[in-house]
Amino acid sequence: MTSQISHTQKSIIQFEIGYTQFLDPMGKIVQNLPEFTRDSEHLKILYRFLVRTRVFDTKAIALQRTGKLGTYPSTLGQEAIGVGIGSAMQSNDVLCPYYREYGAQFWRGVKMSEILLYWGGDERGSDFSDPRVKEDFPLCVPIGSQTLHAVGVATALKLRKQARVTVTTVGDGGTSRGDFYEAVNLAGAWQLPIVFVINNNQWAISLPRAKQTHAETLAQKGIAGGIFSEQVDGNDIIAVRYAVEEAIKRARSGLGPSVIEALSYRMSDHTTADDARRYRDAAEIEKYKALDPIKRFYQYLVDQNIWDKTKEEALQESVTKEVADAVYEYEHTSPLEPTAMFDFLYAKLPDALHREREEAAQLQRITTRD
Amino acid sequence: MTEITIKTSETTEKTEKTTGITLVEAITQALAYELAHDPDVIVLGEDVGVNGGVFRATQGLQARFGEERVRDTPLAENMIAGVCVGLGAMGMKPVAEIQFMGFMYSCVDQIISHASRLRNRTRGRLSCPMVIRAPYGAGIHSPEHHSESTEAIFAHIPGLRVVIPSTPLRAYGLLLASIRDPDPVIFLEPTRMYRLGKQIVPDNGEALPIDVCFISREGNDVTLVSWGAMMHETLKAAEILAESGIEAEVIDVATIKPLDMETILKSVEKTGRCVIVHEATKTCGVGAEIAAQIAEKGLTSLLAPIQRVAAFDVIVPLYRLEDYYLPSVERIVQSVLAVMEYK
Repeated sequence: MTSQISHTQKSIIQFEIGYTQFLDPMGKIVQNLPEFTRDSEHLKILYRFLVRTRVFDTKAIALQRTGKLGTYPSTLGQEAIGVGIGSAMQSNDVLCPYYREYGAQFWRGVKMSEILLYWGGDERGSDFSDPRVKEDFPLCVPIGSQTLHAVGVATALKLRKQARVTVTTVGDGGTSRGDFYEAVNLAGAWQLPIVFVINNNQWAISLPRAKQTHAETLAQKGIAGGIFSEQVDGNDIIAVRYAVEEAIKRARSGLGPSVIEALSYRMSDHTTADDARRYRDAAEIEKYKALDPIKRFYQYLVDQNIWDKTKEEALQESVTKEVADAVYEYEHTSPLEPTAMFDFLYAKLPDALHREREEAAQLQRITTRD
Repeated sequence: MTEITIKTSETTEKTEKTTGITLVEAITQALAYELAHDPDVIVLGEDVGVNGGVFRATQGLQARFGEERVRDTPLAENMIAGVCVGLGAMGMKPVAEIQFMGFMYSCVDQIISHASRLRNRTRGRLSCPMVIRAPYGAGIHSPEHHSESTEAIFAHIPGLRVVIPSTPLRAYGLLLASIRDPDPVIFLEPTRMYRLGKQIVPDNGEALPIDVCFISREGNDVTLVSWGAMMHETLKAAEILAESGIEAEVIDVATIKPLDMETILKSVEKTGRCVIVHEATKTCGVGAEIAAQIAEKGLTSLLAPIQRVAAFDVIVPLYRLEDYYLPSVERIVQSVLAVMEYK
């Protein structure tokens, strides 16, 4: 039983979460576009990376289905988030991604063959060869844990007084984890140069967004850490690019961290090992097909006379070839020796492990996997 | 290799008390040395700044090196470990303090899933030079969760180092070595030894070797293997045994991951008998690994079964019972006598 007394409260604080969209699902402009959209060549590159990411993704799934790749988490439908992030970052910024932001990684210099190698069961896939991404973190499987690494990176950047920024991405599911809350809290407390981008694809494997939290937005979790927080249409490449770029600018000039919740939708299963039909209504996917980020941007470019069918055909052909080359490189990567397991366990292999390493060196080579 | 034998006679202890420094002061001295000599080193943790840490291990460091390099963190242990991964990957050398080992369990995901494997999963592109320091062990009448000795959890993990000093000199030299090591180190400091006895510890910046055991006392009759606070009881037991003509060789394992079995096996080969003493519970303790390796590699030199003197396989009791829980000098002596009498 509760007894109620009549009393008044002072309002201590209110907050609001803004939402930004420039292109509607039909590709129509809904408000004045940011400066960067005046450069049509740049828009073409953005579009190319969206298409690249999708063609790669489609191929990766096909490789998995034919036994040529291990379990693979698709980024289908969320390409604008990755490409938006990648295009907004400077080369010497640091990316600490979760495991669906291939678009950002490709933009920054990670090779497609490296992503394939990683999901194909080979650590060399995270040994990025391009010097531009030498400090970027690899894909991170334990949910949300990368946000804390990003905070550590940002702390190092700030300590060394470098005008560089860390960007970390996390799924909607990851925002339920303590790591995310802890990262947001410390980033706020220490006013670190970091941008958190939440890829809200509405599903944490089988748990829908509505059942993950009673909070109206995921962005407002940043408010609790005293951080500027907002939502963007994650299927609008212009909105993602704009918001991330602005957040990075603020971070770089010492104005502290930001949280950006990019609203999107996971068009695929969680991974190739998942079957979303077990928990998700097929009609829902149909509804979200209309919000496709690539279709929308294509329409906009066509409307602006920047793009046409001929260009599209040439692009598809060129990107398909690029992906085929990456697959070739992946499939023709020489296998690791069994002793490779010991190569990077420590900077220098401790004496205690030499005997085991020798034992591994004597193992008979396994030539077939079945 | 510097060799220091803790003298247990009263006169020696008295001299050391007046002239030397304690183990916790040796920790502070090592941290200060490294902060002064390596700009990449930073100290972080809960209450490590103005308060100097709950055991005062970081006393005076913030005043000397500033708030940037000696940083108080919000109260979230998992966060501290995760942030260290990012700092380490960027080439910093974070030295984090977790207030008690019993609060390290929330860091386990960051330590096991990331710190231990960042070098391996990037084939050396990124690495994780970091030290997580934590006071550990029972015997100081602490509240619940403050008396844990669960070092075996971390000793099980490839890619980690687990280092445990037992004296002020070793604390200084091993902490310097741990901070300078390019890989993650879990550095466990026996709380019971923090202020028990002093040694003269020259502040010369000289590290001791890690990945190797120290022979703290030489003997030919039986090998006693221990680490951390139990070195105190083990050495006392050795003194008592010596009075009955049993000369024990006492090995301070110091680095329990990776294990220097060579030193232990060599000693067992000489003595033919081995008693392993640890404060952690017996099942799956590091003693089990040492015993197994002796059985695998040195069985023929054994004259008696290997014995383990360890904590009972129970939850660390609240402090009224902790003296029964901890292996005592008497239990060690009895175990050695049984081994000596084995026919």
